[in-house]
Amino acid sequence: MANHADAHADEIGSGHHGHHEEPGFIKKYLWSTDHKMIGFQYMFTGMAMALLGAFMAYVFRMQLAFPGNPVPGFGVVSPGEYNALITNHGSIMIFWVAMPVLIAGFGNYLIPLMIGADDMVFPRLNRLSFQMFALSVVILIASLVVQNGGFGGAWTSYPPLSANPDYNLTPWGASLWLLAVAVEFVAFLLGGINFIVTTMNSRAPGMKAFDVPILVWTIVIASILFMASVGPLVAGAVMLLFDQLIGTSFFNPNKGGDPILWQHLFWFFGHPEVYVVMLPAMGIVAEVITVFARKKMFAYKTVIYTIIATGVLSFFVWAHHQFVAGIDPRMANVFTVTTVLISIPIAEMLFVYIATLYGGSIRFSTPMLWALGFIAEFLIGGVTGIYLGASGADIHFHDTYFVVAHFHYTFFPIAIIAVMAGVTFWFPKMFGRYMNEFWGKVHFWGTMIPFNCIFIPLFILGAAGEHRRIFDYHNFPHLGAQWMQDMRIFATVSLLVMLAFQLIFLINFIVSMFAGKKAPKNPWKANTLEWTADSPPPHGNWPELPTCYRGPYEYSVPGRADDFWPQNEKA
Amino acid sequence: MLDRLVPSAASYSGDVDQLILLTTWIVGAWFIAAEAMFFWLMFKFRAKDGVKAQYITGKEKHLKAWINIPHGLVLMFDVVLIVAAIRVWVLIKQTLPPADRTVRVMSQQWAWTFQDPGADGQLDTPDDIRTTDKLHIEVGKTYHFLLESKDVLHSFFVPAFRMKHDAVPGRTYTGWFKATKTGDYDISCAEICGVGHGVMGADLVIDTPENFQAWVTQNTPETALASTDGTDMSASTDSTSATAGQQ
Repeated sequence: MANHADAHADEIGSGHHGHHEEPGFIKKYLWSTDHKMIGFQYMFTGMAMALLGAFMAYVFRMQLAFPGNPVPGFGVVSPGEYNALITNHGSIMIFWVAMPVLIAGFGNYLIPLMIGADDMVFPRLNRLSFQMFALSVVILIASLVVQNGGFGGAWTSYPPLSANPDYNLTPWGASLWLLAVAVEFVAFLLGGINFIVTTMNSRAPGMKAFDVPILVWTIVIASILFMASVGPLVAGAVMLLFDQLIGTSFFNPNKGGDPILWQHLFWFFGHPEVYVVMLPAMGIVAEVITVFARKKMFAYKTVIYTIIATGVLSFFVWAHHQFVAGIDPRMANVFTVTTVLISIPIAEMLFVYIATLYGGSIRFSTPMLWALGFIAEFLIGGVTGIYLGASGADIHFHDTYFVVAHFHYTFFPIAIIAVMAGVTFWFPKMFGRYMNEFWGKVHFWGTMIPFNCIFIPLFILGAAGEHRRIFDYHNFPHLGAQWMQDMRIFATVSLLVMLAFQLIFLINFIVSMFAGKKAPKNPWKANTLEWTADSPPPHGNWPELPTCYRGPYEYSVPGRADDFWPQNEKA
Repeated sequence: MLDRLVPSAASYSGDVDQLILLTTWIVGAWFIAAEAMFFWLMFKFRAKDGVKAQYITGKEKHLKAWINIPHGLVLMFDVVLIVAAIRVWVLIKQTLPPADRTVRVMSQQWAWTFQDPGADGQLDTPDDIRTTDKLHIEVGKTYHFLLESKDVLHSFFVPAFRMKHDAVPGRTYTGWFKATKTGDYDISCAEICGVGHGVMGADLVIDTPENFQAWVTQNTPETALASTDGTDMSASTDSTSATAGQQ
């Protein structure tokens, strides 16, 4: 035990044990056990992957708008390449962008700072987690460039298509893609366990469960959901890998297997996964709106209970992805009930967020714009989900662009809008400097307007029967109509505009990192503990760990001169 | 509403459209109410000089009502939607009205083949009419379709019918439809099935009874005309099931 304790102190202790030794480049940036550095590693890798995923979207949207024409920067898109592009765009944006940035990035960076700990409980496990993740990135990139090209069987990877190279024509791509996903899940499992254990054990003295900021709650509950749901998927992935490589028949109907089994294993994970990334996004928004409305969170406990209710319910809705996939039709009725009912906690959460604005004193700084934008846009994603959960309507909408538009209205607010709220909000803490407010607002409007212009046409196209994953709709007489093609071109042009505005963000981010206006410790006058550390916080976070005296959202308390009341300030 | 975007040509497509319309009214009203409240609060409580934010915990009874009443209403509307959705679902997927005619729909990478029972109205007899990428049916008749796949998952999607079902290798799914309008419509494969997924479409031709009879007469295979009746029916059944089983 003594050895263990020494090792622990050695790795995290340099900040508050006096002796300070500057670690070398590799130790500092690549082999670090510091939760903040690991958070950055995840965040920057996720951002790089977002560029790759966005490039893929650019290529296939260009193909859809101008089928057959060479795409600048890529060339002519073949049907096989098209399938690989959409497959990997989906996989990357969910598994290599939303997950690493939202959970691993913000989770690693913020959990110890928000609960007043010097580091994660298992710093080396944390390092291993990122290394596994980096390995999964390498495997995924490899899967794109091997012989016969990347896997093109959609991110859901349904067998028999995914199981048999005779059907998918990408023996290497399919197996490497699957391996990358499985390795990545091991990485997040390690990270998630760390989040749960750290939050349970390392909270600042005085911080009770209901003094924990909502963001930490959401990440911990998301980690629990992930931990409980990922097992069946990893088991399924190994079974599918065996089907591909050594000729087993778990999913092969010709030899007694069942392809539908994979769908159950996949979606038993896949639907909770939606909430795994949604909850931290809701958490970020909660932190931002309370600070910028100078308001106590309206009904904090209700939020926590709805988060838990959403988490529990999310395990009972998966088969709504399979209504028309060949499951027993009676089962669809059960899943319609559970799916439509999940609207209750989600709606309640959004109502509470909206109610929090009541009586506030709202400052529309860039982070707040993003947070409010999240609520406004996520509502569209939420209400359009009802059409798909209602089994009778889903018969028509399933696997059309209506679904595509719907989940982009949930995932884009989650993975981009909420992340932007988080990045612009914690940027002064991360780098000790402000981001440029003017360019931040330009970027906000330049993202939000084109975003709606991309996806609103897709709802209409989907309702008109445009089915998914087709590289040229002119092969279908009805879908090749001119008005539909015009909508596709409009969506593609909007995407180009939106991508162009992301350059503004990149430049603003990089320039502000090195030359932005210097920010004080607590630039937004916020309550949570991370704002009491230096900006950027040193290794070990605080010279002396803080003590917590109250909940995180005591803003505008009557009788106080200041309209905020940090959690560590004695009464 | 939906039939302005895509024609409605089956007995049950109107039910789906009505369900979608009902959903639109309900979620549309909620959406507008929530966004209106949201933007009004943003405007009303924007930061003003010298005005401090209020301290509200959310435990106050009269304020809690702002959450609890909508909560109850959402539940109520959910029940309405669930009932309406299940009614349509049961009509399309859980009932099987007696068939006037049964066709087989076989999917494979990357084509649809259809088997019409021909003049005798019995599947798997020599007078069956097999077609590729074109399905002829008669308006006003209740059809059963036997949906099968030879290789990977496909999905039989007829937007004009609002009908879709996955074809799973190793299984036969029996569904139904009853066309109400003549004309040409799209059939597409809605489940990604490999490199040729983007070209896997077919035409649905809905004929008047007279035209359909003419089509049947014209297309009955010559071999079937030569044989007197369906005496070799069992042999033919065997050969078809052998084809289906051999993958």
